[in-house]
Amino acid sequence: MTALHDMTVAALANELRAKKISAAEVAQHFLARSQADTSGAFLSFNPEATLAQAKEADAQLAAGTAGPLAGVPMAHKDIFVTTDFPTTAGSKMLEGYRSPFDATVVRKLGVQAGGAGMVNVGKLNCDEFAMGSSNENSAYKPVTNPWDTSRVPGGSSGGSSAAVAARLVPAATGTDTGGSIRQPASFCSITGIKPTYGRASRYGMIAYASSLDQAGPMARTAEDCALMLSAMCGPDLDRDSTSLDVPAENFARDLNASLDGLRIGIPKEFFGEGLAPGVRTAVDAALKEYEKLGAKLVPISLPRTELSIPVYYIIAPAEASSNLSRFDGVKFGHRTKDYTDLVSMYKRSRAEGFGEEVKRRIMTGAYVLSHGYYDAYYLQAQKIRRMISDDFQQAFQVCDVIAGPVAPTVAWKLGEKTHDPVANYLADIFTLPASLAGLPGMSVPAGFGEEGMPVGLQLIGNYFKEAQLLNAAHCLQQATDFHLRQPGGAK
Amino acid sequence: MSTKQKSLLVQGYEVVIGFETHAQLSTQSKIFSRAPTAFGAEPNTQACAVDLALPGTLPVMNKGAVERAIELGLAVGAHIAEQSIFARKNYFYPDLPKGYQISQFEIPVVQGGEVSFFVGDEKKTVRLVRAHLEEDAGKSLHEDFIGQSGIDLNRAGTPLLEIVTEPDIRSSDEAVAYAKELHKIVTWIGICDGNMQEGSFRCDANVSVRKPGAELGTRREIKNLNSFKFIQQAIDFEVRWQIEQIEDGHAIQQATVLFDPDTGETRSMRTKEDAADYRYFPDPDLPPLVIGRDWVARVQSEMTELPRVMAARFVTDYGLPEYDATTLTQSKAMAAYFEAAAKACGQAKLVSNWVMGEMSRRLNASEVGIENAPVSVAQLAAMIGRIADNTISNSAAKQVFDALWTEGGEVDAIIEAKGLKQMNDTGALEAIIDEVLAANPKNVEEFRAGNSKALNGLVGPIMKASKGKANPAQVNELLLKKLQA
Repeated sequence: MTALHDMTVAALANELRAKKISAAEVAQHFLARSQADTSGAFLSFNPEATLAQAKEADAQLAAGTAGPLAGVPMAHKDIFVTTDFPTTAGSKMLEGYRSPFDATVVRKLGVQAGGAGMVNVGKLNCDEFAMGSSNENSAYKPVTNPWDTSRVPGGSSGGSSAAVAARLVPAATGTDTGGSIRQPASFCSITGIKPTYGRASRYGMIAYASSLDQAGPMARTAEDCALMLSAMCGPDLDRDSTSLDVPAENFARDLNASLDGLRIGIPKEFFGEGLAPGVRTAVDAALKEYEKLGAKLVPISLPRTELSIPVYYIIAPAEASSNLSRFDGVKFGHRTKDYTDLVSMYKRSRAEGFGEEVKRRIMTGAYVLSHGYYDAYYLQAQKIRRMISDDFQQAFQVCDVIAGPVAPTVAWKLGEKTHDPVANYLADIFTLPASLAGLPGMSVPAGFGEEGMPVGLQLIGNYFKEAQLLNAAHCLQQATDFHLRQPGGAK
Repeated sequence: MSTKQKSLLVQGYEVVIGFETHAQLSTQSKIFSRAPTAFGAEPNTQACAVDLALPGTLPVMNKGAVERAIELGLAVGAHIAEQSIFARKNYFYPDLPKGYQISQFEIPVVQGGEVSFFVGDEKKTVRLVRAHLEEDAGKSLHEDFIGQSGIDLNRAGTPLLEIVTEPDIRSSDEAVAYAKELHKIVTWIGICDGNMQEGSFRCDANVSVRKPGAELGTRREIKNLNSFKFIQQAIDFEVRWQIEQIEDGHAIQQATVLFDPDTGETRSMRTKEDAADYRYFPDPDLPPLVIGRDWVARVQSEMTELPRVMAARFVTDYGLPEYDATTLTQSKAMAAYFEAAAKACGQAKLVSNWVMGEMSRRLNASEVGIENAPVSVAQLAAMIGRIADNTISNSAAKQVFDALWTEGGEVDAIIEAKGLKQMNDTGALEAIIDEVLAANPKNVEEFRAGNSKALNGLVGPIMKASKGKANPAQVNELLLKKLQA
């Protein structure tokens, strides 16, 4: 029999449902693997809670009341608040914080009544408040990439991508604000999808940039992503006003649909000078596969791709500067020990509790919203954001999905860009446009580029076309084996 | 605007006042959470995760608060915006859990409108700029802790409607009259309990002075006035202070000031230089508030009759003078009492006289609301019925009313027990009249000489001699007949 940790979510769910294995023994296995990990992927464990959840899943399986993924282990990015585990958002500000409620996504995936029945193994490392693309902004520790431990796993969902790639857990949640699911998935050769903005409830997801944040699954296969995404989505109108009143779907329904005649738009702006040759070669090869599967490649243009960088780095910090105001040392979170009055308490608590990148974005955000600058920055950025959305709608007139690289390069070395925030920002260029437009996007393993490091193919769909994206990804995975390759670091 | 140009100048200065009123909306739960809004609970027991701004929480609009805003808009004849926007007003304060207040900034839900009222006998109309929805902050408790402050977040997230006027108000009297009228409207339509002590209805007054015809002067904003008396006192003090400053050659600095009821003075809290940059921007957690015309129509159809509409109806349906109709519609309870009694006895004008007269005097003296009046609608209607059918005179009715008020009971039984039945026996009355005429030859002479007032000197003694039982109309009639004979 295949080792438990080599099994997919779908396979584990089947075995559990057939009662060939118990949720408790599966949980023990993955817990042991995860706790032995040295990559820095996990921030916290609570074995007692994990095993209690597994026991509950077993009871539901025995009683026939189990959800579709009952007993399958997973782990949550530490941005989702959980009652069973501390939630830190990767920040010292929330060290030891315990939420009195579970995020909607946590509830929907978990063993609570009506949930999918998955068992939470622990909380996964991430960039502080999801700000970053290398996981080096975690206040606790960096995460190493299982394909090369001298390299970053991507970010901000770097703990999620490293844990899934190293088979510590079969799947994880991530959040994507400007590429934080797709880019780490690409860097670690796993599959990840960010749904249409508003599909998954943001309730209980610690906010970075409210108008962009979306939760999504990260797993090894498109099928696993589809199974999890089906459980994660659905209206949550009583808790999240940006939640869409669109019923949950079975996103796995079209996985095997034929790609014959599928029009894949190839934006010329995604294949310019900055693209690493190795990445380009891998992406081109994946596109060839699609042609073999009957798809047609259509040249398109997304003319404002470059503008998405300044637009994003105005809007996201603006929202963040306000979202993070609640961390003031008054009610919860870090409060300095050394203060003389209210203002010094605010200043020192925040100076001590937040890391460099978070402070940088708060400062940037406060600046672009301030009197006299608002029109020139924030308002202008919102206008261009609308144009970027319009560009996509124009493109979708002539194609069904859009494909290109997730990132211009493969994973870089730890420390390589630490002191150059702008270099970090520029690396987000291909993931930002879909985020700004609120479109679903995903990363699918597409081979290997420079230094043998993984390359992801990005697929972007129109609103609510997640099932179509997953279909395209699944078909590629039926034709290739990149998603099955194991990093050397994984035993 | 008033048509009569009564001079309102103070020492040659024109007073210019604009109002911002925070009306706490009467919803059961908060504006963006499901926590209750009850007043006076133990600190921090009425605040849920959303009110505490715990990580991961998000606001969800309370439809009840929106409906109340729509009701106000309809009551003041304003435009209800098809789409309005919630913004974040960013500032740090311990009783502001999120570090920003959710409020409406650029596009408010209620736009325009006006409030009309009487100042004395002069009608005045104040134009409204807007009314917008926002959340209240919590409270800092500085007294109970030595060297520290406590925070009570029970009030955090309580729904408020901030109602803003144009600078149309010209005196403290007008300001009080406006505030009372607005208070009447919000309590009448039931969107606010109007409790000023508990802070459910609090006013900020923007006050400036200028020479007539000059540009608007620099204003100072008096914050949080929570009684009509304080509104009057604070504005009067502020106006005197500003004029004094200007006369002494000092320029007025834009400032926010507080009124101290103990000293009767206003003092500066912060000047414009300290004004924070609130970094307003649309709240990305809340989509635009969309109000379809069908929603407005539904709210309108379910709305109670407005005071001005009801007053007009009282004039048409009951033939009341406008003054009576306006007075009776000062409160919903009074209007309801009047209408029920008028319907029960069919004597609208008599009911109006009694409700505005004896009833109001007794209610005021005993500080009781009409809804708790010791004399019920049925009792008053029965008593007025006996006036109308000439069983008792008006003066006898006063005794009946007093008995009803102090002891209760049944109207006819009281009339019987007190022997108040009117004397309708012409013979007995004529005898009394003859007696009185004989005893007052001087009055008789004067009347015959053309002084009609002399009649009053005769009616009084006749009524007295009949122990109040004579029918005044009959007395008049008989008296005239005898005098002119």
